[in-house]
Amino acid sequence: MRTEQNHRSGMTRSARRALICFAVLCAALTGLFLFSFVVGRYDVPITQVIRILLGRFLPLEETWTANMRAVVLNVRLPRIALACMVGSCLALAGTAYQSVFQNPMAAPDILGASSGACFGAALAILLGFVRGGVTMMAFLFSMLTIALVYLIGSRTRGKRSVSILLAGVMVSSLFSSGTSYIKLVADPSNELPAITYWLMGSLSGARGSDVCFALVPMLIGTVPLLLLRWRINILTLGEEEAATLGVHTGRLRLAVVLCATFLTAASVAVSGMIGWVGLVIPHLCRKLVGNDCRYLLPTSMVMGAGFLLLVDNLSRNLMATEIPIGILTAFIGAPFFIYLMTRKENML
Amino acid sequence: MSLQIEHLSFAYREHRVLKDISFSLNLGEFLSVLGPNGVGKSTLFRCILGLLDGYTGSITSHGENLASMSRREMSRRIAYIPQLHSPPFSYTVLDSVLMGTTRQLSAFAQPKKAQIMQAMEALERVGAAHLAERDFSRLSGGEQQLTLVARAIAQQAEILVMDEPTSALDYGNQLRILQLVRDLSREGYAVLISMHNPQHAMTFSSRILALMDGRVAAEGKPEEIMTAELIQKLYGVDVDFMHTQNGRVLVPVIGARA
Repeated sequence: MRTEQNHRSGMTRSARRALICFAVLCAALTGLFLFSFVVGRYDVPITQVIRILLGRFLPLEETWTANMRAVVLNVRLPRIALACMVGSCLALAGTAYQSVFQNPMAAPDILGASSGACFGAALAILLGFVRGGVTMMAFLFSMLTIALVYLIGSRTRGKRSVSILLAGVMVSSLFSSGTSYIKLVADPSNELPAITYWLMGSLSGARGSDVCFALVPMLIGTVPLLLLRWRINILTLGEEEAATLGVHTGRLRLAVVLCATFLTAASVAVSGMIGWVGLVIPHLCRKLVGNDCRYLLPTSMVMGAGFLLLVDNLSRNLMATEIPIGILTAFIGAPFFIYLMTRKENML
Repeated sequence: MSLQIEHLSFAYREHRVLKDISFSLNLGEFLSVLGPNGVGKSTLFRCILGLLDGYTGSITSHGENLASMSRREMSRRIAYIPQLHSPPFSYTVLDSVLMGTTRQLSAFAQPKKAQIMQAMEALERVGAAHLAERDFSRLSGGEQQLTLVARAIAQQAEILVMDEPTSALDYGNQLRILQLVRDLSREGYAVLISMHNPQHAMTFSSRILALMDGRVAAEGKPEEIMTAELIQKLYGVDVDFMHTQNGRVLVPVIGARA
């Protein structure tokens, strides 16, 4: 029996399929990563890009100009790195939220993490904070919002997965009104444009310091989620079933929510409001590799990174002036989600 | 004693659901719990599974109190086979069964070859090895229930608790699942199962526990306690018993006046 042998070797057909998908996506991301250094107003040939990047680690002969080096390492590298990091974190957070709340509609935007961050950032700009302060405030308010949502959701009666989402919608709308009020009282000559631009989400002007700021919370969020990925599967069965299988549901759920919130808060803090990635990418990946988090989480990360990198390339090259990436993700994400929903084999 | 329940009472706020319930369950037994809707069968099971606290009385297994056990210790003793329902995300049958082995793994671990072997053996035991690669949500109700039984076997606990496991199944699948579970009890599992159909309880059980108004109304071997009076008391319907060569059969008496 062939299938029999497959199981003995610990590899099912769906697992093999998922691994192949993952490998292809990794290859595609690598290609896109290198290609992203080439596109832009200042031309750098791909061979030089590779040599400059490798030159950081290997003693290579300098065949590039100082300008090329500055463009690749100081301008494009932080931005490309940030796009990959934010994309993979938002997609990972979305997948984790969906599993933990057993709800395919759960996403960082819907749970309020994004609107909390926006409120924090708008408040910081209003109070005249400089760039680092804005990022910090966005991060803190995003965490605060999710804490609030979690508290409200766990105090209500009824199905917790539903009540947390409802609490998310409520708290989210509360913070959105707060943001609107700040826009109303903000100085229209400098503060208001800064707030509006921040709210649209953008990776332009990404600096090495942003990458460093985001890296720590992103790692703190990502590593536990990847380690817990088998247990996250069990959570999707529901509270009672998971408990009888020997899982401490309360603790595990809290850990997963905390990690996903760290990811969201860190992402939104450095990039502004970038919607839809946390909803569309998880669903696309579920179609590709199935719901098993052992494969789904890593695949979502790679797919999310690639998606946001692609969209960011469009955002900086499509028109003479840059289009804020938040607008583009919505333009691409919303119709794509409708397509996923209305396909014959729908899952929602 | 594999499972011992003593003086168990439980109330939702003012509403007393379970009143001083005591019974025990041994390995190799198939104990059916009968009773009308809302009598507290599910509440009783949720207490035993450790999903409700705040009960009085004690639930012990081999002399150890379940209330003081961790989730992992509990899952080593009791496996739960839920009613069919559709979770939002579906997995392959093999992965679904593999979830039963989670208690053997530390929090950060993924199932290894040993667990996959156990899951495959469990699937073979219920005769569903051919379904391993299929998607759980695309199976028939009977096949889904088989998968959940296999998951409980993979959990390697000695007590199987099933809350009305056959309510969503057709007649043939109901009988096949119950027969499978009875065979498991004969192999040494202690089975605690709640049932709607008294005929099924009579056919398959080694012992029956009848609940009425939150108390034990009767307890004993099917042939001893299953009487027309008990059925009238539990469900308010009249029945006759007939003896056939395949055992005692329960026939409802439908009033001619109606």
